[in-house]
Amino acid sequence: MSGTSLRLEIKKNQTLKKIQIMHAESVVRRPLVTGGKTVHDITNDICSRVEEKPSKSWLLAITLSLSVLIIAGYYVYRLLWHGIGEWGLNKTVGWAWDITNFVWWVGIGHAGTLISAILLLFRQRWRMAINRAAEAMTIFAVICAAMFPVLHMGRPWLGAYWALPLPNTFGSLWVNFNSPLLWDVFAISTYFSVSLVFWYIGLIPDFATIRDRATTKIRKAIYGALSFGWDGASKTWSRYETVSLVLAGLATPLVLSVHTIVSMDFATSVIPGWHTTIFPPYFVAGAIFSGFAMVLTLLLVTRRVYKLEDYITIQHIELMNIVITITGSIVGVAYITEFFIASYSGVEAEQYAFLNRAFGPYWWAYAAMMTCNVISPQLFWFKSIRTNIASTFVISIIVNIGMWFERFVIIVTSLHRDFVPSSWAMFYPKPADIGVYMFTFGLFFTAFFLFAKFFPVINMAEVKSIVKATSEKTDK
Amino acid sequence: MKNNKKQYWKGLEELTKNPEFEKYADKEFAEHLPINEESEGDGTNRRDFLKMMGFGIAAASLAACEAPIRKAIPYLNKPIDVDPGVPNYYASTYLNGNDFASIVVKTREGRPIKIEPNTLSSLSGGGTSAQAQASVLSLYDKERLSAPQMDGKETTWGDLDKAVSANLASAGRIAFVSNSIFSPSTQAAIDTLKAKYAGIEEITYDQVSFSGTLSANEKSFGKRVLPSYDFSKAKTIVTFGADFLGEWLNHSLHNKQFATTRKLGPNKKEMSRLYAFESNLSLTGSNADYRTRIKASQQGMYVANLYNAIAKKAGAATVNAGTIEDSANLTKAANELWANKGKSLVVSGSNEEQVQVLVNAINNLLGNYGTTLDINSSDYTRKGDDKKMVNFVKDLKSGSFGAVIFFNCNPVYDHAMGKDMEEGLKKVKFSISTSDRKDETASLVKAIAPDNHYLESWNDAEPVSGKFLLTQPTISNLFNTRQAQQSFLAWAGNDATYFDFIKENWKNTNFTAQSDESNFETFWDKCLYDGVFEVKATENTEAAQEAVEIAVDYKASATGSGDELVIYATGALGNGSQANNPWLQEMPDPITKAVWDNYLTVSRDKADKLGLVVGDMSTKLANLTVNGKTITIPVMIQPGQAEGTVGLAIGYGRTSAGKVANGVGQNAYPFISYAGGFQNMAITSGVKIELTSEEYRIAQTQTHHTYMNRSSVVQESILSEYQKNPSAGRAFPMISTYHGKEKPGNVSLWEGHKYPNHHWGMIVDMNSCTGCGACTVSCQAENNVPVVGKAEVLNRREMAWLRIDRYYSSDAPEGDLNAMEIAADQPEVTFQPMMCQQCNNAPCETVCPVAATNHSTEGLNQMAYNRCIGTRYCANNCPYKVRRFNWFKYHDNSQFPENTSMNNDLGKMVLNPDVTVRARGVMEKCSFCVQRVQYGKLEAKKEGRRPIDGEITSACATACPSEALVFGDMKDPNSKISKMLRLKDGENGLEVKEERAYNMLEEINVKPNVWYLTKIRNKEESNA
Repeated sequence: MSGTSLRLEIKKNQTLKKIQIMHAESVVRRPLVTGGKTVHDITNDICSRVEEKPSKSWLLAITLSLSVLIIAGYYVYRLLWHGIGEWGLNKTVGWAWDITNFVWWVGIGHAGTLISAILLLFRQRWRMAINRAAEAMTIFAVICAAMFPVLHMGRPWLGAYWALPLPNTFGSLWVNFNSPLLWDVFAISTYFSVSLVFWYIGLIPDFATIRDRATTKIRKAIYGALSFGWDGASKTWSRYETVSLVLAGLATPLVLSVHTIVSMDFATSVIPGWHTTIFPPYFVAGAIFSGFAMVLTLLLVTRRVYKLEDYITIQHIELMNIVITITGSIVGVAYITEFFIASYSGVEAEQYAFLNRAFGPYWWAYAAMMTCNVISPQLFWFKSIRTNIASTFVISIIVNIGMWFERFVIIVTSLHRDFVPSSWAMFYPKPADIGVYMFTFGLFFTAFFLFAKFFPVINMAEVKSIVKATSEKTDK
Repeated sequence: MKNNKKQYWKGLEELTKNPEFEKYADKEFAEHLPINEESEGDGTNRRDFLKMMGFGIAAASLAACEAPIRKAIPYLNKPIDVDPGVPNYYASTYLNGNDFASIVVKTREGRPIKIEPNTLSSLSGGGTSAQAQASVLSLYDKERLSAPQMDGKETTWGDLDKAVSANLASAGRIAFVSNSIFSPSTQAAIDTLKAKYAGIEEITYDQVSFSGTLSANEKSFGKRVLPSYDFSKAKTIVTFGADFLGEWLNHSLHNKQFATTRKLGPNKKEMSRLYAFESNLSLTGSNADYRTRIKASQQGMYVANLYNAIAKKAGAATVNAGTIEDSANLTKAANELWANKGKSLVVSGSNEEQVQVLVNAINNLLGNYGTTLDINSSDYTRKGDDKKMVNFVKDLKSGSFGAVIFFNCNPVYDHAMGKDMEEGLKKVKFSISTSDRKDETASLVKAIAPDNHYLESWNDAEPVSGKFLLTQPTISNLFNTRQAQQSFLAWAGNDATYFDFIKENWKNTNFTAQSDESNFETFWDKCLYDGVFEVKATENTEAAQEAVEIAVDYKASATGSGDELVIYATGALGNGSQANNPWLQEMPDPITKAVWDNYLTVSRDKADKLGLVVGDMSTKLANLTVNGKTITIPVMIQPGQAEGTVGLAIGYGRTSAGKVANGVGQNAYPFISYAGGFQNMAITSGVKIELTSEEYRIAQTQTHHTYMNRSSVVQESILSEYQKNPSAGRAFPMISTYHGKEKPGNVSLWEGHKYPNHHWGMIVDMNSCTGCGACTVSCQAENNVPVVGKAEVLNRREMAWLRIDRYYSSDAPEGDLNAMEIAADQPEVTFQPMMCQQCNNAPCETVCPVAATNHSTEGLNQMAYNRCIGTRYCANNCPYKVRRFNWFKYHDNSQFPENTSMNNDLGKMVLNPDVTVRARGVMEKCSFCVQRVQYGKLEAKKEGRRPIDGEITSACATACPSEALVFGDMKDPNSKISKMLRLKDGENGLEVKEERAYNMLEEINVKPNVWYLTKIRNKEESNA
């Protein structure tokens, strides 16, 4: 930025001081919303997506994801009707794709809350343009994740409620509070409900905006109901902000707790490769890593399709890429630490488990994990790569592939060769393994596309607070 | 008051008793209402319509929601011995072909459901074989014939008998073909038939013939019998291809005898040494201390060389033996045999007369007759005469027989000349089979007189001279079948029932041979109750064992350089007569751990030569051609296979045994040679193997064959080390703590469970376990374990609660993990029975979210099936991988037709009513036979006492002939398990003083209640 333009900026900003009085912002910071958007532009840009007829590309996308949902639904039917034998699991490997997918989806579901809660507390204002979509993604990812603990049960029709601590007629029969699976039930349901409430609270002012702009009765009625009679009064705004902060405070520990508890499914067991105290921090870092990657994958597409380049800027992408690099490095250090501890422990089975990961029959999964998770995010040290949309998109997908393999490596390669060599076996996926995974993809994208069409994809109310312009159109 | 009652009339009509009025007087509406008239024409009215509709709706909805009713009909008159819920036990004898076992049959509500060993008999060693265990399922085989047949059509017994009598009378030469008959009463019944039809010639054959041995014994001793063996008295045992622990003679007893020599303890620090010289890795060879791989064609040379070595020491004449390549083990064996004169034994599986004469001579020179083997106490279970059988087939083909009777045999399938018999049978005017099913032979004959299953039969047996067994029916005939002996009597015109016939026979023979009972009925009842009658040994047997001169002569047969095919019987399916039994089909072969198939076993070297690359359970098919006959068969690389030899199992390739067996594997019988008049299971020339490019998958329950030198899994040593230090081979893992190194058991966050009353435990003696697998079938029968079929075993989903892990040693240097996965070409073999270890700190219990698996106050880790939601977390967290998940619904599911015990009404009769049939989606595992524990405790409680040790035992432990499994209460200081473990109360609960006892994976401190005793090999060096 040249000296004169900087001065100009300062001048402009001084005139805006009054509007921004609540949010002290350094004048030298780059603007978070570009393109000289006015507050009215924001309303128009976001609401018009909801108001106008669905685009062809949206129709194509929803058709595709619905088709995947329905076709892959056949495998869910087979699984429920015939039994878990439809999957490729066996006497030795009792979990494979099911729990891999579960952990993977839960991990993806971490970015939303991190962005909306932790970044809110840290006053990272760049989060405002992306938190809505990220939270939506969180909710859908958690729904997809929650499918697996139910579907993977031998008797889901009973397990779906026996796993809850409900009063029952079985006498003094109670759930087993020692079991990490039960902790999962609590962790995930809490996380899901808090995320959902948080997300919804944030949506209310925006729903009200759509309601107020509504031209049809039906839309007015629906968004009117969804906005819970939002009146835009100062007091309402004040309550809204307070609730947001309270929920952010509540959600923050959940970001850490959910994956910590998921990791305890493994960490509290006796199986070499699972029985590891490093898992909680390592899983949380991995979850944020994959969550940010997924947010990027989705936003880069949404940004392009909905022409939101001015709201989700290169700066956003760059900041997220930096988070990916940091968490990816933490994960990489964790992988190496595991190896060191295995060697240092002097435990034969533990040492074998890690050698087997790297050099055994599943070496390719381990290699995929290492390449995708440790090496690929290091490319973001180059500014040209981390500010490039195409390379970001590719790496974001690679990271998610890598994180899927990480869970696969932890689960399958630890189980397939544990203590007793006579039981060592391989796991081969069957069509239903792939089918049920695809089903959750169908579900996720169907939900996400519906969200993108009918909900405001960007938090208008918040973004308006950071726009560096008046409601009048300014010259650039 | 009564009289004061006022009366009111509805009107004058009532007072005048107008008949028109009276007709409607009791109606609500006196006048005639027209409602019924409206629809009188078509018969229904409004009310009827409503009634019908109401009923219809109710009926339709009831029918829609009600499950089909299965009627349980109570007894009108309760049979005196049958109490619902209370089992009855009957002593009986399992007889099938030439196989037998003295058993006790457990029946529930009149159905036999389980075979237990009869410990009163000295012939079965207090155990049972897998085949005997599985035989109860064969009773409920749907493929059995339900009525006699003539010319392929069902007929009545009357018509059949008429036809048979008429045809036999005019037949001329009649062949009576059977397996060896060692039932005196059956023989007597046949004799009555022979008396009626003079043309009857008895032809006896055995699937695996001992004809050469019989001839050799005739030559050496003048008796065409087999000796009875006593391995328990032998210090040095040498076997040349005789799989005496597997499918040889009475293997149950031999397992027991051999195991006694392998037991070690504080008071017994000596054990036998077993040398094996063989081509295929047999069960016996895998238990050998020194095993030498030899080509089948060299067996004679090896025996002759051993003879020469012994003869030199004894100063007897030597023979021209030829030189053998590897004589180290043979020389060593000869020295030890000589050192243990009278306490040694040499056996050979050869059917060559001259080889068996040499073996006789060796044992004779060693003075073993009278100690380790006894020709006077003769084994009658093999009587087959190969020459006679071969001549019969020739004569049959030439059409010189007028009729053939097949009894207790199926030679078209299980004889090499089956094809010739098939042709010959076309020329015979009349043929009968007594087979229970339309098997390969029975489907070619004119008349089938289906025999009863042995559990429906009366019979007797004399497997060893003077040792009698009785068979009694435990259920009335399921089908319109008739016992074959009864048929013989009927055809002979004898009206007696076979039961009376046996009784009469016993009255004249066995009753007179004893003096304990003077009343025959008392004698008979006692014998029936015991299932056993043994003539007291006379004292003069020793005297009869005078040294005999055995003339030997040896001509080495030509040995080619080509491949040699060595045909063997597997420990699971045996000779294939029970091939339609899914329990046996899914029982893993004790050595290869393969199920539902036979295959060509080849050495690694041969596989390399063939260019075979195997994958995870995948291999290639090969064309095996022997003297013009070709089959296509999968190849399996078998460690321990002698170079230049390949192995192939009989018992497979059935074509009409039933749905379970048909098409499983390939028939190896046609390859067996009868050149020179004796059966030869080893084909030493003309064997050609060509690998095809076709992939094939062999289902194995274990695909990783070495234990990766994990001392936490297998702890082993050698005898000399053990003698120096009883804890030789033990591994003592230590946990580093703040206070220094501690035993894992001393480091715990938990207080541990308290067991106030009982604490069940088990010992697995890896030294006496021979790996036969009888326990696994016993477990399957006891606990309703489903059969899942080959496809599901390929998916690694077999359901066995009890498995025997078989490990080969590896030649790889320590640390080379990839190489350690590959078994040595000449491996040491370890068998390790593995069941739920009933951990005191069970990792499965803590992880179940719904507490479906939990801990009992008696140390059992128990499964509540109806609480299980099937997360499989317990199975993942089980370090021993003993938990089994119901991936599908295995019962009442047409997708699992192999699981006959749960998928048809007849098969279901074998299910143990005390054990739940598990639903789909639940986890299951070994329960330490909790139903037996509960039953035993309740019985004791009813009598107001504590259970006596031995009263409560698991199904696996009862079946084990080697007593390698010991089950008992560790809280009872006088129990066998407490004594063997030398339990002491210590600071951290029970302390085990027995040095050999270890918990598997001790370092993870799950504190199992199963104790393994170290494997001790009687070798001079730890790896030879």
